[in-house]
Amino acid sequence: MHLSVFHITKAFISPRGTISALADVTFTAFQGEFVALVGPSGCGKSTLLRLVAGLLAPDSGQIDFTGWPQPPKRRLVFQDHALFPWMTVADNVAFGLEMDGIDRTDRRQRAIAQLESMGLAGFADHYPHELSGGMKQRAAIARAFVTQPDILLMDEPLRALDAQTRLVIQEELLSLWERRRPLVLYVTHDIEEALLLADRVLVMSGRPGQVRAEVTPPLGRPRDLTGRAHPEIEESKWQIWKLLEEDVRRQIQPQRVTS
Amino acid sequence: MERWLPPALLLAGLALWEVAARAGWISALFFPPPSAITLTLLRMLGSVDFWAGLGSTLMRLTAGVLIGGGAGLLLGWLMGVSRPLRVALAPLVAALHPLPKLALFPIVLVILGIGESSKVALVALTAFFPMLLNTLAGVQQIDPTHWEVAANYGATGGKLLRRVVLPGSLPMTLTGLRLAVNGALVVTIAIEMLSARQGLGATIWLAWQTLRTEDLYATLVVIGGLGLASNQLLESATRLLLPWKGKP
Ligand SMILES: Nc1ncnc2c1ncn2[C@@H]1O[C@H](COP(=O)(O)OP(=O)(O)OP(=O)(O)O)[C@@H](O)[C@H]1O
Ligand SMILES: [Mg+2]
Repeated sequence: MHLSVFHITKAFISPRGTISALADVTFTAFQGEFVALVGPSGCGKSTLLRLVAGLLAPDSGQIDFTGWPQPPKRRLVFQDHALFPWMTVADNVAFGLEMDGIDRTDRRQRAIAQLESMGLAGFADHYPHELSGGMKQRAAIARAFVTQPDILLMDEPLRALDAQTRLVIQEELLSLWERRRPLVLYVTHDIEEALLLADRVLVMSGRPGQVRAEVTPPLGRPRDLTGRAHPEIEESKWQIWKLLEEDVRRQIQPQRVTS
Repeated sequence: MERWLPPALLLAGLALWEVAARAGWISALFFPPPSAITLTLLRMLGSVDFWAGLGSTLMRLTAGVLIGGGAGLLLGWLMGVSRPLRVALAPLVAALHPLPKLALFPIVLVILGIGESSKVALVALTAFFPMLLNTLAGVQQIDPTHWEVAANYGATGGKLLRRVVLPGSLPMTLTGLRLAVNGALVVTIAIEMLSARQGLGATIWLAWQTLRTEDLYATLVVIGGLGLASNQLLESATRLLLPWKGKP
């Protein structure tokens, strides 16, 4: 079972001009794999996840899901948690289950269990506005995980966390993933995070985005993130940084929109 | 301190009015002293006719708001989720909304005849537009990301309406309801002045024609109280229905 993204392009057209977000993106990812995507801001990472999720259609190219009983369940953890403010945390987490037609007691039970594993047990009946930024982000992860998707798409899910909490949640995330091993596409700005979590890191170029290179961290599984340091990834970190450097420098210079 | 300011100002104003009316600085026929109005009000509250009139007014108001507001709510949701429907109906709504509903009364009379149904229809028409426009705006201001979440998690049809569209637009819908009730109250009283035998508006008209101005003012006080009560009620309902609005 694998996902293949084949020569995808995507542009956004508006009266203010056309923005070419993705140019010819091609990669393959396999069932059970944890794939990270890094790239300069605005290179189309969120757009790519939306395309794989089916929320957007590509202008050209093809996205194929091979081997799953069609179509595979794809769930997205959005860049801004995107919890519904009008639902309690438990109802938010149970939202996907509710849409899947699972009955009330069952879905509540599963949502609470998921919240417990994310350290949010006491907040089930609170509303999102009563949570901190990091807690909301964790609830959003729980909402996606609890539906047991075939493909889990995560858009910088740990962005709002401080460094310590982030490390703990990263480890939690890995152990959640190990249990069912869905295919994960994980977007992050943090090169180290990408290397610590993923089997492969796809490095994208600046806009319009393309997959420029692939880096495999020299780490086995299971991984111990909090127990020890990982000096062995330094080389890969440097490699990715060198790939990104030029684009990042270009990015922070004045830009033009092509029309 | 701030809490006592409005009632203090009110009392001072009433006292001034009382003195002016009793001293003959203003016409006691057209501006009867508040004490006389209060006595009339108390007498009214003890009469069967008054309660029957209030009942008629409330019936027309409630029926109109339920029918017109309900239709506005439903159409607001539908126009909010369906682009074709929105494109088709938006110009019609924009053209009909600003028409003074009272001016349509003769036409409604021709269609529905003289009776309760034509009165309720006009009140319903008044409640319809604010409810429709606010609910529609409420659906349209739902965060685009929330629509994406709904789509990604497979929400469609009734579930989408119940879990996303309805609660997402509810704050604006409640604003619409408040405007609908206030507008409907105004139009109910006006219609009753035009054509009813019973109701607060009819009482006002009769009081004016027979120059019993104390009755007129006492009825106005009741209508003011009605407006205050309905707004209070809606405010509590809003707090109850929007527990997530604790913080912006
Ligand atoms: N709905 C849209 N309409 C118009 N342009 C869009 C839209 N969504 C994205 N874009 C444009 O497409 C480009 C890629 O956006 P995208 O959000 O995918 O980038 P990203 O890699 O996720 O960036 P970041 O790392 O900052 O989140 C950007 O230049 C953005 O302006
Ligand atoms: Mg993004």
